[in-house]
Amino acid sequence: MALAAPPPTFASRPKSRAARMAQLVPAFVLIPTIITTGIYIFVFVGWNIYLSLSNSTLLPTYDFAGFDAYTRLWRNPRWTTGVWNLAVFGALYIILTTAMGVFLAVLMDQKVKGENLLRSIFLYPIAISFVVTGTTWQWILNPSTGLQAFVQSLGWENFEFTLITSRETALWAVVLAAVWHASGFVMVMVLAALRGVDRDMVKAGQIDGAGMLKIYRRIILPSIWPVMISVLIILLQFAIKTFDLVLALTHGGPGIATTFPAMFVYDRLFAAGELAQGAAAAVWMLIGLVVVFLPIGALHLVMRRQKGGAK
Amino acid sequence: MTAATTNIPDLTRRRPLTGKQIAGRIALYATLLILAAFVLMPLAVIILNSVRFNEDILRESFIGWPTRLTLENWSVAWGEACINASCTGVKPYFWASMLMVVPATVISTALGLLNGFALTKWPMPFAGLVFVVITIGVFLPPQVVLLPWAIALSWLGLSKSLAGLALVHIIQGTCFTTLFARNYLINLPDDLIKAARIDGAGFFRTFWRIVVPLSPPIIIVTIIWQFTFIWNEFLFAVTFSHSDFRPITAALMSLNADDTGVSEYGFGSAAVLIAAIPPLIIYFAGGRYFVRGLTQGAVK
Repeated sequence: MALAAPPPTFASRPKSRAARMAQLVPAFVLIPTIITTGIYIFVFVGWNIYLSLSNSTLLPTYDFAGFDAYTRLWRNPRWTTGVWNLAVFGALYIILTTAMGVFLAVLMDQKVKGENLLRSIFLYPIAISFVVTGTTWQWILNPSTGLQAFVQSLGWENFEFTLITSRETALWAVVLAAVWHASGFVMVMVLAALRGVDRDMVKAGQIDGAGMLKIYRRIILPSIWPVMISVLIILLQFAIKTFDLVLALTHGGPGIATTFPAMFVYDRLFAAGELAQGAAAAVWMLIGLVVVFLPIGALHLVMRRQKGGAK
Repeated sequence: MTAATTNIPDLTRRRPLTGKQIAGRIALYATLLILAAFVLMPLAVIILNSVRFNEDILRESFIGWPTRLTLENWSVAWGEACINASCTGVKPYFWASMLMVVPATVISTALGLLNGFALTKWPMPFAGLVFVVITIGVFLPPQVVLLPWAIALSWLGLSKSLAGLALVHIIQGTCFTTLFARNYLINLPDDLIKAARIDGAGFFRTFWRIVVPLSPPIIIVTIIWQFTFIWNEFLFAVTFSHSDFRPITAALMSLNADDTGVSEYGFGSAAVLIAAIPPLIIYFAGGRYFVRGLTQGAVK
């Protein structure tokens, strides 16, 4: 009979107008996000690039001025100092936060009593805003009110702790507050990865008489690499976007000793009335992010391939 | 016979620790406690200062044990402290943040879940491309869209308003929530969705009846992260706000920068704590989910 209906499949097989419409629903659901995200990413970034090539000052104008803003940008010591600070801060921040986080995770992995409480303590700074973090550390590090005054009041009258007020060391104050903020986060990520390590492999290593150090290097580290890459990407993001923490902590000072690219962008756009230069600085931030991310992304892909191939 | 059995190590019974192991345990706990004390120190210091008299803080130091207690700092910080020459305390800024954060969190979470479902469980021609674009949206530095946002918001008549700021957070936040939801829903068994479709359930029906009931873990994680992120966010908050409407992070920065002679550390500390309390409550109440969001969302 004509009832020889095909077996039900899930390939799109439009039966009626209504059924065809129903199949479009998921696409319609996505459309608002596709449009807004598309505008936000492609139109806005393109617009910003165009403005960086214009001669906009206080108000946006669309007269093409070439790379004028870019040349002026790299002659501006506030910008070059900011870029240099970001490089130094970024390296110190990422190395120290990762070292601290891994150290904490290894300690916490030794069957510690009260692990949940300790983990909550180490992680809470990540829930606190950079403004609050910066303000609090500024009060603590300020020599006239904070740690220096405290130690002097205990009797050591000659004690000096001018980390935050000295040009040479102020960047370390930013590093200190930033490491305080994110080490717990690294610890939690690494700890979760350590818990995912194949226990049988570790046992086999122990039976073979490998020392703790060797087990960490040969068995555990290789299997937590993917998490380390995620950690690296997230910390890099934090570093490049560094803005509110420094604003609250040092306001970029003393002088311009702790100024950062993100601060420069904000200052040019909304205080100095140099829209084109601010936009150009923002484009450089994007370029920086892409340049740093590409090798990491490539590394991630290569390692995934290798992992997939080994299976 | 007995000699033979003792040669087999008894793995079930805990052996007494050797002297070296005991020393190791002591060193381990000592290190952990010292580091925990260091991490807790800033919070402890501002909590103590929020109940100290300002003259005590100025006379002794910012770090110190309260010799006498006061709760006045809290009421001054909440309702009287002057920020940018308007003496209203942080109260209006606290509520401005709430008014912006709650709708932005709810809307971006709902949109993210819907998008995640559409991307993972329905055949879609450009699903892969959409996923890539959304990922870019998560990583884009906000500075590079700051100026276009400012111009666009003023065209829309939304510049420096609560609605404008909420809109920015919804659009940017939806990239993040979609990524989160997608990573969660991709592990949901396809058979469930197929069964619903055989029964004739459409997109929204399947979403309500099957996806939402199975998604509380990711919904909670997303709400926790969106709330914390938007509440703590500063760059957009300061750029797209106005003296009539200013989120608490932006107000706090003005308070901090207002160096008009006498430093009011007492109510300053209380104000800082008021700004930190909502995310801290969420963090401690959501504990497990907060950590899960970190480890799952970020790894994938």
